[in-house]
Amino acid sequence: MSAHRANRPVLDVRNAKKIYGSGEATVVALAGVSLTVHRGEYVAIMGSSGSGKSTLMNILGCLDIPTTGRYLLDGVDVSKLNDRQLALVRNRRIGFVFQSFNLIPRTTALANVELPMAYAGVRSAERKRRAHAALDLVGLADRADHEPNQLSGGQQQRVAVARALVTAPALVLADEPTGNLDTQSTADVLAVLDSLNQSGRTIVLITHEDDVAMHAKRVIRLVDGKIVSDQRNGHLAASRSAMLRDAYSTAVYR
Amino acid sequence: MSIFETIRFALRGLVANKLRSGLTVLGILIGVGAVILLVAVGNGSAKVIEESIESLGTNTLTISSGGFGRQSSTSTSSTSLTVELATALADQSAAPHVKTVSPVVTSSSLAATYEDTDVTVGSFIGTHPDYATASNFSIKSGAMFTTDDVNDHSKVVVLGSTVAEGLFGTVDPLGQQINVSGKLFTVIGVLAEKGSSGLSDPNDLAIAPLSAVQESLTGYGSLSQILVQAVSADDIDTAQAEVTSILNEKLGVTSTSSSTPYRIMNQAELLETRTSNAKTFTTLLGAVAAISLLVGGIGITNIMMVTVTERTREIGIRKALGAPKRTVLNQFLVEATVLSVIGGLLGVAGAVIGSQFTIMGTKPVIVPSSVLLALGVSVGIGLFFGSYPASRAASLRPIEALRYE
Repeated sequence: MSAHRANRPVLDVRNAKKIYGSGEATVVALAGVSLTVHRGEYVAIMGSSGSGKSTLMNILGCLDIPTTGRYLLDGVDVSKLNDRQLALVRNRRIGFVFQSFNLIPRTTALANVELPMAYAGVRSAERKRRAHAALDLVGLADRADHEPNQLSGGQQQRVAVARALVTAPALVLADEPTGNLDTQSTADVLAVLDSLNQSGRTIVLITHEDDVAMHAKRVIRLVDGKIVSDQRNGHLAASRSAMLRDAYSTAVYR
Repeated sequence: MSIFETIRFALRGLVANKLRSGLTVLGILIGVGAVILLVAVGNGSAKVIEESIESLGTNTLTISSGGFGRQSSTSTSSTSLTVELATALADQSAAPHVKTVSPVVTSSSLAATYEDTDVTVGSFIGTHPDYATASNFSIKSGAMFTTDDVNDHSKVVVLGSTVAEGLFGTVDPLGQQINVSGKLFTVIGVLAEKGSSGLSDPNDLAIAPLSAVQESLTGYGSLSQILVQAVSADDIDTAQAEVTSILNEKLGVTSTSSSTPYRIMNQAELLETRTSNAKTFTTLLGAVAAISLLVGGIGITNIMMVTVTERTREIGIRKALGAPKRTVLNQFLVEATVLSVIGGLLGVAGAVIGSQFTIMGTKPVIVPSSVLLALGVSVGIGLFFGSYPASRAASLRPIEALRYE
């Protein structure tokens, strides 16, 4: 793995704008956002409701495209991709964690974690092995055969995290992952995200809670579709060592 | 993703909604089952008609006097059929495809009495011994009269099963004497029962030597009919041509005549007419059943639409996790197809079971092509009616699908 690749930003958003409607009814959700996130970073995007953070999240997750501006994910300009290629990008490069868990109902935790790999065409035995490993990582190895309605909210969200990281994506995108959880479950899920970042995963966390954002090493605040602040919580040294670890673990993982 | 994987996903989706899947399967089941069973009933009744006509003998020609139109304009004696004419038809050199010729005189609704019992015999037939085989009658007990009996004017009679039962009940009729319009006939045989060809009972008859019947009952007038038996069913047309030319020659019919003084009824033609009627009946039943199959198909669309709407969020999740459009489309198509295939197979099973019973007085006979057709149509319906909801599901944008509550 070359140094060039390791230094390439995972996210590179250049002056992205998102405008809904036209004429009088125009709503500007994003008013020109530029943002670069490097490998191994742990970023929290904060903002009140209506600040455009959900729109930004959708664009980052390739669920939506900016009206103008460019967005490069892992060096690939996703605004030029077609439907099928976007599906591939979502599958290979992004791991989603949603506020409402979004597990497939009436399907076991293991099968849920296997799902993105099934779409990626991984063979069954390999899939099972990796899904078990991912569940083990989030501390739910013993819950593999439980269906979502047999799991607590915190457990469901940890299954969702396992599902997000099982494909070894370049980016784990968490949209208010603790929004529906009690304090203890919130702590559990954040602990999992923290340890993921410790082992080199790039994480973008969207939240409106300060104490959740405190876990991240970099906090970006959005107001009215613009970035108003971009602060680093941790030390540069820690960030750099994380980058090196990421380069190493990526090489091992693939 | 492999097709096997897709099928597994689809099955999981169906099992998750057992009641709904079950009802849809039921709709298709009834549709397919009805098509197969109703066609089978139609086919069964056609078979019955066919068999009963065949039992009359498909290799026979019935010649009766009088052509259309001719009878009213001229009342010449040339229209009457005679024994001599029958003998002429039996000429092997002129008509090599004719096997037997039986002149027939018939007397309808004669009263027959045995001791205190009396019955009305539907038709009292005077003929030659060949008549029985030509019209597919077999002897149950006793014997058919012989040519000697005909020559001797013997007053012997062979009874149809209906007449025998009516007159004798449990008594053995052989050797008994019955009184027919004041004349005594000795029963020498009883015919085996023959299937009904419709309204009239073919077993309500008595057969006696031609000479005896003419002498004692009908007089020596013209014959009612001449029954001609061809060598085989395939030779019936050739035999008819031969018979026609002989009759034309004997009765002085020229090729310019607009009509003939006789009529030839070909059993094969009768069979065709009846069979085509039965086919119309079958088509009608099939059409009714096809409508129910269509309704079942619309049921599938309905269920799949509900399924897609209800699982919009799930579709959104799948797409967010990287499911390509194609995979989502396939999953829903497979779900619809599996529903219709299971429904179709159960429908076939139901129809097979149903056909073991007698329905509307007929024993259904399953037409193999109707099974294939109904199964094919049900699968087609699954694909066709499932494709709209499936493509709707596949085209959902993940962002909108995820927002759906």
